[in-house]
Amino acid sequence: MIQLENVTKTYPKGSRPSLDNVSVGIEKGEFVFFIGPSGSGKSTIIKLLLHEVAPTSGKVVVNAKDVTTLRSWKVPHFRRSIGCVFQDFRLLPNRTAYENVAFALEVIGKTKAVARRVVPEVLELVGLGGKEHRYPHELSGGEQQRVAVARAFVNRPLILLADEPTGNLDPDTSIEIMRLLDRINRTGTTVVMVTHDSNIVNQMRRRVIEIESGRIVRDQARGVYG
Amino acid sequence: MRVKYVLNEVLVGLWRNVTMTVAMIITMSVSLTMLGASVLMYMQVDQMKTAYYGEIEVSVFLTDEVTDGEREAINAAIESSALVDTKTYEDKAAALKRFQELWADSPDFVNSINADSLPESYRVKLKNPEQYAEFSAQIEGLPGIRQIIDQRSLLDKVFNIFNSIQVMSLVVAGVMAFAALLLVGNTIQVAAYSKRREVAVMKLVGASNWFIQAPFVLEAVVAGIVGALLGFVFLFIGKVVLLDGKLQALTTIITPIPDGNLWLMLPLLAGVGSVVSAVTAWVTLRFYLKV
Repeated sequence: MIQLENVTKTYPKGSRPSLDNVSVGIEKGEFVFFIGPSGSGKSTIIKLLLHEVAPTSGKVVVNAKDVTTLRSWKVPHFRRSIGCVFQDFRLLPNRTAYENVAFALEVIGKTKAVARRVVPEVLELVGLGGKEHRYPHELSGGEQQRVAVARAFVNRPLILLADEPTGNLDPDTSIEIMRLLDRINRTGTTVVMVTHDSNIVNQMRRRVIEIESGRIVRDQARGVYG
Repeated sequence: MRVKYVLNEVLVGLWRNVTMTVAMIITMSVSLTMLGASVLMYMQVDQMKTAYYGEIEVSVFLTDEVTDGEREAINAAIESSALVDTKTYEDKAAALKRFQELWADSPDFVNSINADSLPESYRVKLKNPEQYAEFSAQIEGLPGIRQIIDQRSLLDKVFNIFNSIQVMSLVVAGVMAFAALLLVGNTIQVAAYSKRREVAVMKLVGASNWFIQAPFVLEAVVAGIVGALLGFVFLFIGKVVLLDGKLQALTTIITPIPDGNLWLMLPLLAGVGSVVSAVTAWVTLRFYLKV
């Protein structure tokens, strides 16, 4: 599902590579944590998978597509098979929960009728039934992140990327979000999560890949946080 | 639905930034008016050239003391020239008659002139009016010739004035177009900034590039077309007020502007306005949106 082959990424201003000759494979349906200290290069992996940045050398394969050689006009279509959740939720403040999720559908060409059918369903799935018409500022942090998850998942992507999704949430809420991601993973969606929340990693007992200074230092099938 | 969405975004975008939109439209319309005026003038000069060059003659004025022999020699020289198409001789009486017709509305002036004060002349039509210099060289220096006047050089003076007006309005059009381009660029930047969250989400969920860019580009195109319409109205008013009104006296020199030419300016201005705005917007987006 996801293949990194000898990937090195050096940012123009950085002297040290952000990722240094990293090779890793992730199977369909896996739940993988990337852990490591700030600046270790874990967020760069998300950016590579989204084709927000291109690797300096090496090969990135996602959904059997070589992202490295992907033509730029094909990137939008490619991204439709990937859902993404961030620490800061990235919701549109002037749209309700329903509209935020529907927006993601409408801008990729789905009709309003499709949105009316699918959006309530996915909001129900993330546990926001009854709060469809609240604005982000009327929702708690955990609820906002649920909206973000709903938006990432509404298009039924093959892969869900989560970049520190619990970074802004208290421990209890974090665990709820993790349960939600786990549920999504059980539908067959591959989940890749970047975090440094040791609590969560220890509870989930999933595959853990630890990165330090741009290199993989540990890859454990049912790991804990260092 | 997508079309509706895009159109709605365009209107919201134009309205959100309405002062900038107005500035953009005004500069665009002034620039396009100048462009239109310049193109009209170009077509006009062209038309006047064909209208007048067919008519023009070289006038060979003779001195008052010219003898019959000298006149014969001049006549023969003109006749034998290969450059000459036709020639007519105009004696003092004919010259006076022509003069009276030309100045018919100022009888005092006409009355102050008698036949003796006007020179006799040969009116020569050249096969190619541009060969004036060669023709002039052939007969110049013959005794009895006072002056050789090429009407074409008179006309050229007029056309030179038109040309410089035309160049001036092109320069103004260019400068205003530059200002309009900067305004379009700026407006698009502001629009892109105020919609940065939407754009970020759209990129994230994989909205196609054209879908992200279309509202911005169309915003500029709408402004460009409105500017072009205004510019056309300015041109129209300009023609009615200036040429048909205040400067009507000039219309004896300037051949009338055909309505067809004027209407032709509408698609021309709209085309130039919208294409220029669209390209500017698109280029700006490549820098500020990085889709």
